[in-house]
Amino acid sequence: MENQILTTENLFAHYGDIDTIKNVNVSFPKNSITAIMGPSGCGKTTFLRCLNRMHELTPNAGSRGKIILHDEDLNKLEPIEVRRKIGMVFQRPNPFPTMTIYDNVIAGYKLNGIRKKRIEFDHIVEDSLKKAGLWEEVKNNLHKKGSFLSGGQQQRLCIARALAVNPEIILMDEPTSALDPIATKIIEELIVELKNTVTVIMVTHNLAQAGRVSDYTAFFYLGDLLEFGQTEKVFTNPKNEITEKFLTGKIG
Amino acid sequence: MELTLSNNNKITISSNSIKYSDNWKLGENIFNSVLTGSGIMIIMIVIGIFLTLILSSLPSIKQFGINFVTGTTWDPVFERFGALPFIAGTLITSFLALLISIPFSIAISILLGEYFKRGIFSGFIKSMTELLAGVPSVIFGFWGIFFLVPIVREFEKILGITAYGIGIFSSSIILAIMIIPFSASVGREVIELVPSDIKEAAYAMGATRYEVIKKIVLPYAKSGIFAGIILSLGRALGETMAVTMLIGNFNKMPTSIFAPANTMASVIANEFSESTFELYTSSLIEIGVLLFIVSTVINLIGKWVIKRMVVR
Amino acid sequence: MTETNLKIRSIKNIIFRTIIIGVALLAILPLFFIIFYVIKEGLSAINWEFISSVAKPIGESGGGILSALVGSSILIVIAVIIAIPIGISAGLYISEHSDSKLSSMIRLSVEVLQGTPSIVIGIIGYFWFVKPMGHFSALSGGIALALMMLPMIVKTAEETLRMIPFSLKEASLALGVPYYKTILKVILPAGLSGIMTGVIIGIARIAGETAPLLFTAFGNAFFSTNILKPIDSLPLLIFNYATSPYTDWHKMAWGASTVLIFFILILNITTRIIVNKWKIKY
Repeated sequence: MENQILTTENLFAHYGDIDTIKNVNVSFPKNSITAIMGPSGCGKTTFLRCLNRMHELTPNAGSRGKIILHDEDLNKLEPIEVRRKIGMVFQRPNPFPTMTIYDNVIAGYKLNGIRKKRIEFDHIVEDSLKKAGLWEEVKNNLHKKGSFLSGGQQQRLCIARALAVNPEIILMDEPTSALDPIATKIIEELIVELKNTVTVIMVTHNLAQAGRVSDYTAFFYLGDLLEFGQTEKVFTNPKNEITEKFLTGKIG
Repeated sequence: MELTLSNNNKITISSNSIKYSDNWKLGENIFNSVLTGSGIMIIMIVIGIFLTLILSSLPSIKQFGINFVTGTTWDPVFERFGALPFIAGTLITSFLALLISIPFSIAISILLGEYFKRGIFSGFIKSMTELLAGVPSVIFGFWGIFFLVPIVREFEKILGITAYGIGIFSSSIILAIMIIPFSASVGREVIELVPSDIKEAAYAMGATRYEVIKKIVLPYAKSGIFAGIILSLGRALGETMAVTMLIGNFNKMPTSIFAPANTMASVIANEFSESTFELYTSSLIEIGVLLFIVSTVINLIGKWVIKRMVVR
Repeated sequence: MTETNLKIRSIKNIIFRTIIIGVALLAILPLFFIIFYVIKEGLSAINWEFISSVAKPIGESGGGILSALVGSSILIVIAVIIAIPIGISAGLYISEHSDSKLSSMIRLSVEVLQGTPSIVIGIIGYFWFVKPMGHFSALSGGIALALMMLPMIVKTAEETLRMIPFSLKEASLALGVPYYKTILKVILPAGLSGIMTGVIIGIARIAGETAPLLFTAFGNAFFSTNILKPIDSLPLLIFNYATSPYTDWHKMAWGASTVLIFFILILNITTRIIVNKWKIKY
C-alpha cells in the first residue's frame, strides 16, 4: 500500500481486568480519512483514545502493544508528547469557556507556555480558522468569547484549535453526533478538505457518513478488528459475515 | 518555527517544528506535592489542635481526674477547679435556646420550603436571614445588653424575682435568635429535598396542603430537620461572645433560669488571659477540650445524618 | 357528613397556614429589628472624623475607629494570604482524587475544623504563636482567622471544581498540555467565580470574629500597623467599648457595629453579583 503514517501492532486495551481491545494490527495511510465503525460497545472509541493515549486517563484503564508513528513507538513516549503530535476532536464541542475565540485557537500554544510574536499568532489563527472553514463567520468577533457560537461553529472552532498546533493526525470521536443536519454537512465537507493537510481517523456510528466521507473503513466488533479496507470495498463486498450483517442493519 | 508566506497568502507551518521547551515533569511534581501537602497540612492542623489541647490540659487532668467535671467549686485563689457550673451553664443555655428556636425555625422552614418556594417574598426573607446569619456575635451581644436585658429586667420585676436582667434567660433568647437563621436554612433545604412526585400523589388523592405537610413532608424530612437542630445545638454550645456579654459571668452553680451563670466558652474568654499559673491555664484548656470534643461529635453526627438524607 | 368533614379539613388547612405564616413572621420581624436598631443607633455616630481618626483618651470627645479599621484590614489580609493558597490547593486535591483515602481524611478534618468553637481556635493561636513569640501580635490573630476561614474555602473550591465538566479537562490534555498546566490554566479559571464567592463569604465570616482574637491580636489602644505587635480590630473594639461604662464609647461601638454590618452586607451583595454576572456556560 502507499505511504503509511500510523501503525498499531498487537494493540490491547483494558478497563480493569477486561480487555476491550484485542490484538489490533492496522496501518493508516497518510492524508486519508479512515472511518472506524461498529455496533455500540465494540471498542471503537476506546481504540481511538488509545492512539493519543487519552484512554489511560480513565481510572484502571490502560493499553499495551505498539503504536508506531514514523518508526517511533508512541507507547514508549510520554503521553503529553504523543498528544502534541496527534490532535483530537470530541463528540461534544468543548471550546474553553473562559477564553476568546482567538485564544481558543492558539490554546495549544498558550496553555503550553509557548511564546510567539503577535503577528505569528495572528497568522496561525487566520490560517487555522480558514482551514476549519470558520474564518469568514468569526473574523470580526475574534476577541469575543465563543459562547455565542452555534454548536456546529463551536465544533469547527475545536477543529481549528486542533489544527493550530499543526498535528499530523487528527482523531475525531463522532464529531457530528451532537449537531444538526446542516452543521453536520458543513463539518463533513470540512473533513474531506482536511485530508490535504492531515490524516483523519474518525469514529462514526453513521453508515451514510462513513460512506460519504471516508477513504478507508475499519470495522470493530467486541474489541476485535474484523475488517479494514477501502470504504468502497468494505461497503460493497464485505469479507466478514458480521460486517455484512452490520452494514445491512441486522445488528447495531 | 518557520512561517512561509506564499503567494496565495497561505501560511504553511512546517511540520513538527513547534518547540516545547518546558520541563513539565518538574512542574508536575511540584504541583502534586503542593496539592498533597496542603491536604496533609489540614489534617495535621486538626491533629495538632487536638494534641495541643490535650497536652496543655494534662496538669489539670492529672490533678483532678473525673472530679473536674463533677466539682462545683471554681476558685483560682485556692487552686480548686471544678467545671460543673460551666458545663451546667452551657447545657442549660443551649437547650433553652434550642427549645425557644425550634417552633420558629420549623415555621420558617415550612414557609420557605413549602408555601413560598420562589418569588420576591421568599427571596427577600432568604437574603435577610442569610444576612442575619452573618451578623457578628459581638453585635448580637451588644444589642442584647442595651435592648434585651432591660426588657428581661422588667419581666423579672413583674415575676417578682431578683431583677438581674443579665443571666441564663437573656443569653438563651439571644442564642435562639442567632441560631434561627441557621437552623431554618438547613430545615428549608431538607424540606426541598422531599421528592415532588410523592407530594403530588397525595394531592392527587385530594389531600389538603396541611395534610401533605403533616403526613408526607414532615415525616420524610424528619431526620434532616433533626440534624438541623443538632447542628444548631453545636453552634449554640460553642458560641462565645454574645453569651459572654449577657450571661453575668457568675462562677457558681446556676440556681434558676433567670440567674446569672457562666458557660464553658465564656469562662475561657473571660479568664484565659488572666490565668497566672499553670494549673489555672490548664484547667481552662481542659474546658476547651471538653467543648472541642462535644462540638465535634455533635457536628459530625448532624452532617452525617444530612449526608445520608441527601444520598437517599 | 362528608361535606362537613371536607369543611373541617379545609378549615384546618387555613388555620395551619395562618399559624405558620404568623410564627415565621414573629421570628423574622425581631431579626430585622436588630439590624434596624443597630443602624439607627450607629448612623448618627458615623462621620468623616469617626472613620479617619484614632481614638482619643477617655474624657475627650471625638476620635474615631481608624486603628480598628486598619487593624481589621491587616488581620483579614493576613488570613486571606494564608488561607487562600492552602484552601484552594486542598480543595483541588480532594476534587481531583475524590475517592482516595487521603481525601476522605482531609474532608473529615475540614468538617472538624469548621465545627471547632472559635474560642478554641483562640487558645490554639495563643499556644502556637503568642507563647513562642512571647507577646500578642497581629500575625497570630491573622493566622487564627485563617484557620476559621480555611474550611469554607476548601469546601467551596471542591464543590466548584467538581462541577466543571470533564470534557474541558480532556480538551486541554488532548492538546498535549501537562496536567498541572491544565488545572492551573483551564480548570481554575473556569472555577474562579465559585472560588471567589467562597473566599468572600469566608471574609464576611471572619470580619466579625472576636473570640479567636482575644488571646492573639489582643487589641491595642494605639494606632499600629506592625504585624508583630498587638493590633486592634472592629469586633474587639465593639466588645471592649460595649462592655465599658462610658456613654461616649457606647456610641462609638454602635458606629463601629454599623460599619461592620455594612461591610458584611457589601460582601454579601458582591457574592451575588459575582454569581450572576460571571456565570460560565460550558
